[in-house]
Order: sequence, then structure tokens, then C-alpha cells
Amino acid sequence: MKMKGAEAIVKALEKEGVEVMFGIPGGASIPIYDVLYDSSIRHILTRHEQAAAHAADGYARVSGKVGVCSATSGPGATNLTTGLVNAYMDSYPVVAITGQVATIFIGKDAFQEADTIGITMSATKHNFQLRSVEEIPTVVKNAFTIASTGRPGPVLIDVPKDIQEKEGDIKFPKKAEIIGYKPTLKGHPRQIKKAAELLLNAERPIILAGGGVILSGATDELRRLSDLLGIPVATTLMGKGSFPEDHPLALGMVGMHGRKAANYAINDADVLLAIGCRFSDRTTGLVSCFAPEAYIIHVDIDPAEIGKNVNVHLPIVGDAKQVLKDLLKFLREKIRKGHETEWMRKVMEYKKEFQPKMDYKDVPLKPQKVVKEIMDTIGEDDIVVTEVGQCQMWAAHYLARTKPKTFISSGGLGTMGFGFPASMGAKIAKPDVNVIDIAGDGSFLMNCQELATVVENDIPVVVAVLDNHYLGMVRQWQELFYNRRYSAVDLGNTPDFVKLAEAFGAKGIRVENPEEIGPAVKDAFESGRPTVLDIIVNPEENIFPMVPPGRCLKDIIEG
Amino acid sequence: MMEESHILTALVEDRPGVMQRVSGLFRKRNFNIDSISVGHSEKKGVSRMTLTVTGDDKVLEQVIKQLNKLVEVIKVSKIDKSDCVARELALVKVVTKSENIRAEIVQYANIFRGRIVDVRKDSLIVEITGDSAKIDAFEKLMESYGIKELARTGITAMTRSSK
Ligand SMILES: Cc1ncc(C[n+]2csc(CCOP(=O)(O)OP(=O)(O)O)c2C)c(N)n1
Ligand SMILES: [Mg+2]
Repeated sequence: MKMKGAEAIVKALEKEGVEVMFGIPGGASIPIYDVLYDSSIRHILTRHEQAAAHAADGYARVSGKVGVCSATSGPGATNLTTGLVNAYMDSYPVVAITGQVATIFIGKDAFQEADTIGITMSATKHNFQLRSVEEIPTVVKNAFTIASTGRPGPVLIDVPKDIQEKEGDIKFPKKAEIIGYKPTLKGHPRQIKKAAELLLNAERPIILAGGGVILSGATDELRRLSDLLGIPVATTLMGKGSFPEDHPLALGMVGMHGRKAANYAINDADVLLAIGCRFSDRTTGLVSCFAPEAYIIHVDIDPAEIGKNVNVHLPIVGDAKQVLKDLLKFLREKIRKGHETEWMRKVMEYKKEFQPKMDYKDVPLKPQKVVKEIMDTIGEDDIVVTEVGQCQMWAAHYLARTKPKTFISSGGLGTMGFGFPASMGAKIAKPDVNVIDIAGDGSFLMNCQELATVVENDIPVVVAVLDNHYLGMVRQWQELFYNRRYSAVDLGNTPDFVKLAEAFGAKGIRVENPEEIGPAVKDAFESGRPTVLDIIVNPEENIFPMVPPGRCLKDIIEG
Repeated sequence: MMEESHILTALVEDRPGVMQRVSGLFRKRNFNIDSISVGHSEKKGVSRMTLTVTGDDKVLEQVIKQLNKLVEVIKVSKIDKSDCVARELALVKVVTKSENIRAEIVQYANIFRGRIVDVRKDSLIVEITGDSAKIDAFEKLMESYGIKELARTGITAMTRSSK
């Protein structure tokens, strides 16, 4: 079929089932946007390319599909980069299409030329620069395949303007063909059998579930495994929602701001089954004293994760869901009835002893109370997104989630400004549930321009700003570890967030008292309008418990 | 664990940017790369890289795994140093007008099975191939005459077995 490059790109995206893309056009991508004008793909014009990438990422996290974003050459592409690294660190599938100056101008420092391929080489799982019109369908197919299979991640396609405009003979392939790319999905049966035996003979087994469990859709299998053998489950930040946190054996999040019960249980365990997690330093604390008594089994789809941060005794490379299925098969043959063990009792005692306290009446409000009220107001299918900082850790620590893909947070990169645009992507992926971004005032200001986008496109997300007038997390570290020398953390004269919302045509509500929180959240949801809740919280409040940097999980301290 | 020098070969797709991906990976992951050489392989569209890397077994394992993750890397193999042919080529330029010194250099080049590939009134270039130890030794020898320029290709290697 004869068509122009730009048409071929949009056709290829349609063939991949793309329903929505986020982006901003520019000189080097006008031909693509000209074709989008007539396309069935819904284009959401964000007000910053970083937000477009985060929105695509948020969409991917909730829909399970590939999120798509686009930008023009030069500044457009560089603005996308933070969002790409963010998706890369958390392993979510995003495809970015960037315009590029025409082939003959490449390397000439042409207007709005940036070395997008060079810049994003380490920001993506892979990237392509198009050299001909004819290769477009193959490259797009391969890009979507690489983004969404194995360990997912972002892929960028850089399209010089002349390639967009040139006509070529286009054939769409059915399948991707990439010689050097073949993810391992099925775990080695002998290793899985060994794991089964270890778990059956363990006295103090524990499961550490990461984001990979959610990505592979293995939450049912995880639940079955825990129920079958009575194994307590702790999760990483990314794994939140992989195991219902109201389950008697759920320990909640582990790590620097994890639950004490989770940290202590990991410290006591004799067998640790880690699934789809990468042992980030925020999860493990000091590695040399992480799970010191445990025989560690690590299931991951990425072979390079095994042995990278933590020494593993039994590696299993494979997709979490497949491996867990096979593991369950082995176990069912040998089932030992799951009576309550001494270990289970101990874990439950830990849970009882270290129940987080959330119910405060204080004014100014305690953030813990705000999180509690939000938790009590939302439904189990509603989606909680977070920004980064204390706000994020209050949400992750206190706010229990029971279903996968209902807790969305920037884990690996810790990107302030992620939450709001990601909420927008989440809401588009699932318009029928409520989406609330638990934000810090600092983080929200990093992408608050997207209020224009959500108002314009009628995307009713709610931003709950925990307004403490501080870059709170940094202030907390300065308080604890730098003699209270508060350097560059006072946000001083922050804007009136209610007026800010109203200026954009959104709804704004100020919340100052405990009894106002729930009704304000409800009001926001029911209004069907994008809403900013300006929740005035105690500026000096800290997030505890905490494992001081460089210390063991068991050294977790209270304030 | 012991820090050691290892030889790896990687078959990679012959595409623009592949070298940057590989070298960028080493920088990003803080791996130590001693040399890297690249050229065509027996297959069209496939290049072969030889890398020498210093690190303990854990580092080596990570290097191999991370290289394998690059989409354009087709296959990575560790070369067994006791069962391989590893060669490097060096060009050594020495500047001298002395007939005696020239004669000495020619003699040494012969002993090392090197070749004189260029002679001028005041300089000569020796080409020498061999394993790195041999080239190190020759380089040392030539240093006493004053090396004007030295170019080493880095190691390229192949296992001996038929596999
Ligand atoms: C883009 C970016 N810049 C800087 C940081 C460093 N940082 C981490 S937390 C934080 C403070 C966040 O402040 P705010 O959003 O108000 O949340 P709070 O901690 O006050 O709840 C900063 C500056 C970051 N994570 N991301
Ligand atoms: Mg703040």
C-alpha cells in the first residue's frame, strides 16, 4: 500500500489498538498531527511533555496496555525524558513518538535539533530512529512488542520530518521479529520443585511481593499460595495491591517507611520467596543484614535482577504468574494442611503490637488522619495515586489497598510531579472509578499546569494536597540528620490552591478540620469535576516509622 | 572474590548506535572495560565485539546479563582463557636516525615475529600481533628507544573448540 510516513505511523498505532495518546505537537511532528486530525485515536493535549509521558505511564499502569505519548523534536523530546526514565525504573510499557529534524539536517545543530536517541538511550528499554518509510510498520510493531513483553519498559521512536512526509510502499507485519530478544517466561521445573520443597519445610517462610506480581497478573496465584501454606506476605512499594492488605497474613509494605511488622518478620524469616521485585535499597535497608537468616528464593522475569543487589540462593527466571502456577501444582501434590503455626501466630502478634495509629483529632490536621479519612471514603476499586515525599509515604504506609492497580506511585525514580498527570492517565483508562492523587504542595506545583488539561478534557480527577508549606521529606531529613538546618525547604508563600484550581476552571475546596475531610472527598467525587482539595496539615509532622539510611530493616525507629 | 580480567565476545546487530549502547551500558553500570574491538562476523548484518573486562565473578555475571538485555545484542559468550586464541595488533613508531638502533629494532621485531611496515630516514613503524603479554613486552622494550606513537587495537578472541 502506498502511503506517507506519517500515515503509516498513525495506521500502525491504530493497528496496535491504541485508543489514546498524550502529547504536544511542534514543527517536527506536524505531519503526524495532521494525520491524527482524522484518526480514531483520541489525542489529549497536555500542557507539558513531561506530563504527557507520566499520563501515558499512569494509563499503562491501570489499563495493562501500552501507554503512548508524543512530542516534537528538541525541547519536546527532552521534556519527555523524565517521564521515560520514570516508566523505565518501574517497568511500565510506554511508547513515545518524537519528531526529529529532517534527515539532511541531522548533525547540523538545526533548529530544535536534539540528539534524542543519544539522550534517551539509557532512559528507555530500547529506541529507534527511522531511516526509511518502508521500515515504519516493522519498527512500530517491534517497539510495542519490546515495550509490553518480558520486563516491560518504555520505547522511543524518533521520526525525522522527511520520513513523515515521504511516500513509501507499506506492508504491515503480523508479528514482531527481533533476533536478539526472547524473554524467558517459564521457570525451570527443577528450580520450582526445589522452591516448593523449601517452602514446605520452612518454619518461618515469608513472601516479598513486588510490582512484577501486578504486572504479570499473578495476584490470584499469590493469594492461593499464601492461603495454601499459610505464608505471610509483605510487599514492596510497587507491590502494594498485589495482596489484599486486609488479609490476616498481610504485613503491608516493607522497607524504609514500611510497617514494623513487615520489617521484623523479614528479619526473622528462614525462607524468603521474593517475587517480581528488584531489592531496591529503599526496600532492603542495609543489604548485609537484609533477611539475615533466610534462604532467599528470587523469582523474576529479568535474569539480570537476580544477584544484582542481594545474594540469592535459589534463582527462578520466569514470569511471576507462570512460575506461581507451576509452584502451586507441585505443592498441591504434597499438600500439608495449613494449620496455624507458631510463626503465623508470631506474625499476627507483630501486626497487633505495631498497628499504625491514624485516628487523631488534631488541628492543624495530622496527615495520618487525612489518609485514614480518604481510605474510609473511597471504594476498593477506586485508584489512589501519589506524588513523592512524605505524602507518598503516608499513603503507602497507612492506606491499605486490596486490589492490584489501585495504588499508583513513582517508586524507582521518585519523581515529584508524577502523580497528577498519572492520575489523568489512570482516569482515562478507568473512567468509572474515582481517582485521587495524594499530593504534596511541592510536588503538585511541578505539574499543576495540567489542571488546564483535565478541565478542558473533562477528566474529573481529585488532587488531595497535603499542604505543609514544606518540601516535607527533605525537611524531615534535615531535622533528623542535619541538625535542623532547614536549607531550601520552606515553600514560603505557596499559592492559594483553591484559587489556583478555580483560575483553571476546576473546583477547589479548603479542608482544615478532621470532620471536613471525608465530606470534601465525597463532594469532589460526586461533583464529577476536577477538584483540588487544599488540606492544611501540620507542617512539622514527620513520617515514621523509619529505617535510617544505611541501617538494617530491624533498626526501624519511631519518632 | 578475586578481581580478574575476563574476555567476552558479543554478537550484535550491525546497526548505528550499537557501540554507544554497549559503552553506555558499561558507564551506566559502573563496569570496568579495558578494551573493546569490533568488526564484521561471518554472518551478514552481524558484528562481533570482543570485550575485556575487569571484575570479580559477580561483576562478570552482571556484565553478561546486562549485555544480554540490550535488544541488539544477539549472544554473549565468556571466552575460556585457557582454550582460546586471543590476539591484539599494535603499531609502534620509533623515531631515530641511528643506524645501530634501527638494526637493533629490526632484530627485536624479528624475534617477536613483528614486521617493519614503514621506514623513513628518521623513523620506522613496527607491526606486531600476539597476545597482550607479548605486546606488553615488546612495548616495554621499545620504550627504551622512545616510542613516538603507539596504537593497540585491543584484544580480539575466539575459542579453539569446534562449538
Ligand atoms: C523532581 C524531583 N525533585 C526533587 C526531589 C527531591 N525530593 C524528594 S521529596 C521532596 C519534597 C516533596 O515535597 P512535597 O511534594 O511538598 O511533599 P511532602 O514531603 O511535603 O509531603 C523533594 C524535593 C524529587 N523527589 N523529585
Ligand atoms: Mg509539602
